Amino acid sequence: KTMTVRDALNSAIAEELDRDDDVFLIGEEVAQYNGAYKVSKGLLDRFGERRIIDTPITEYGFAGMAIGAAFKGLKPIVEFMSFNFSLQAIDAVVNSAAKTHYMSGGTQTCQIVFRGPNGAAFGVAAQHSQDFSAWYGSIPGLKVLVPYSAEDARGLLKAAIRDPNPVVFLENELLYGESFEMSEESFSPDFTLPYKAKVEREGKDISIITYTRNVEFSLKAAEILSQQHGIDAEVINLRSIRPLDVEAIVKSLKKTNHLITVESTFPSFGVGSEIVAQIMESEGFDYLDAPVKRVTGADVPTPYAKELEDFAFPDPDTIVRAVKETLSVD
Amino acid sequence: SETVKITLPETSFEGYMLDIPELGFETSKQSLLQMYKDMVIIRRMEMACDALYKAKKIRGFCHLSTGQEAIAVGIENAITKKDSVITSYRCHGFTYMRGGSVKSVLAELMGRRAGVSYGKGGSMHLYAEGFYGGNGIVGAQVPLGAGLGFAHQYKNEDACSFTLYGDGASNQGQIFESYNMAKLFNLPVIFACENNKYGMGTAASRSSALTEYYKRGQYIPGLKVNGMDILATYQASKFARDWCVSGKGPLVLEYETYRYGGHSMSDPGTTYRTREEIQHMRSKSDPIAGLKHHLLELSIATEDEIKAYDKAARKYVEEQVALADAAPPPDAKLSILFEDVYVKGTEVPTLRGRIPTDTWDFQKNDFANRT
Repeated sequence: KTMTVRDALNSAIAEELDRDDDVFLIGEEVAQYNGAYKVSKGLLDRFGERRIIDTPITEYGFAGMAIGAAFKGLKPIVEFMSFNFSLQAIDAVVNSAAKTHYMSGGTQTCQIVFRGPNGAAFGVAAQHSQDFSAWYGSIPGLKVLVPYSAEDARGLLKAAIRDPNPVVFLENELLYGESFEMSEESFSPDFTLPYKAKVEREGKDISIITYTRNVEFSLKAAEILSQQHGIDAEVINLRSIRPLDVEAIVKSLKKTNHLITVESTFPSFGVGSEIVAQIMESEGFDYLDAPVKRVTGADVPTPYAKELEDFAFPDPDTIVRAVKETLSVD
Repeated sequence: SETVKITLPETSFEGYMLDIPELGFETSKQSLLQMYKDMVIIRRMEMACDALYKAKKIRGFCHLSTGQEAIAVGIENAITKKDSVITSYRCHGFTYMRGGSVKSVLAELMGRRAGVSYGKGGSMHLYAEGFYGGNGIVGAQVPLGAGLGFAHQYKNEDACSFTLYGDGASNQGQIFESYNMAKLFNLPVIFACENNKYGMGTAASRSSALTEYYKRGQYIPGLKVNGMDILATYQASKFARDWCVSGKGPLVLEYETYRYGGHSMSDPGTTYRTREEIQHMRSKSDPIAGLKHHLLELSIATEDEIKAYDKAARKYVEEQVALADAAPPPDAKLSILFEDVYVKGTEVPTLRGRIPTDTWDFQKNDFANRT
């Protein structure tokens, strides 16, 4: 059986709304419009306007309002129409949601999910094309999830909604319409996933550590590497940025002794940088036969023209090049 | 207990799109006495903070509310435990009124494990049952307070949210975002502006194009209150609670008040206003002296009895200071440092200390990579 990422998210939200009256969905255009990207399609009809709440275009305000509701024990799902707009509300997410539990000595919880599309999209230029994984991933008190497949989306979102901590849930609009094979158990209303990395493809020559849409490119690259160069790449889908599954990364590295990271972010201070640092600071270092290489977005505001945009983000060929360089293969 | 009839001066309120509360009301002698005692305790507590700060026992930022006591006390006496309160960093008095002990407040300020936030929050981050801080980012508590009201409405509770902010914060865009949503959603939120005339050192007239803060909700009715008169703040707060709980939606309240001290401990508070102005407010408008006058006039207490209350408050706060000061700081251990970053039992597997060997493993409840 297959499911699109959009339907996976939609069903996860619907089931959690069914399961717990304290859960509600709030954001711009989530109700009558059925969601800017149709993730919340049909939910207003099913759950009514008490649970599915349209807001004015005021990210700072409604993010803060949802956090206040969470302080009183409700479990809001806040949709940012795009995570680019979450910058309007980043103070609320970082200073009010992430830190209050700590600042209160554990007396005040904040169970909340901030979700929406994140990362580079097609032809929307610099202000609408950016990956915030590293931004939110750096904040203690938050958890940050990055689903790739429909099963990831379903299992991780349901886990996030039930998590008593604030969770930033970074979707990718370019994956919403993609269909994925689903396991039997992933259809269960009780299906949740742990925040652990998943080996998407087993291999023995090199580890490709990646997340969200770049899992797809990395799998394609692995096919090319296998067919054209006889290189057997292992592809790891992180699924979570915070916590970062360093154990899974090192485990794969121990097997392959070579590693690259792939992400569509700015190169500096990114997820790849963190993975490299974690390897340097762990036993992983002892197993490296070559320096780790990072495949990232280019260090540039996302350009509009297709030719330049394509040139600014990882694709299978770039990943293949990075692997060949790491393995010193011509 | 025995009741007394109060008649507030005509100048107590000014309304915007509403009929002002009754100037005459009945209240119990007991509750007036209690308000007096509460205000005196809060003032003594703030004076203790001042001394402890100067003795270098309190670190960082410390914002005192001396002069503004009538607001925290007036509100608490007008609401119930079901209602919510949230405010800015000038939060000591509210914490006390919501049930935090003087000892636990002072211990928090001194960074002790016995503090209300176990030494993790400090002066600006105090919490109590139904009290949601103690928030450090100017204005950010206002949407949070709207959310508390949202939760009351969602749960169909007869309760409201008192969301406090200063005249300085009132120009933040998020205040207007919150007004807008609160009105659209008809939330039981009282947007309560403590106008103490200065945002740090900037006089209200230099920061706000309209200094009538009670009118700034535009489409939300407002009420200005003499915030130096505890009887007026009490009556206005009661009126505001009734307004919200009866389903009339949000309300903007402006408590006109005055802070005697500087913005924080590092501010002498004299470069942007005159000493005469401060002296004038202290001698003519002090909320504690004002209520004392009523207590005498209404024969609720004698001069000697009031002296005895003052003495008892002073002694009590001194004892609480001693207890707080005797309480130990938290141990500098990773298990304590990392506690409460996440809800217990749902932590990320590890959190890193200053070097990799100082990484804490929550499952082992021990160092992650030391053998």
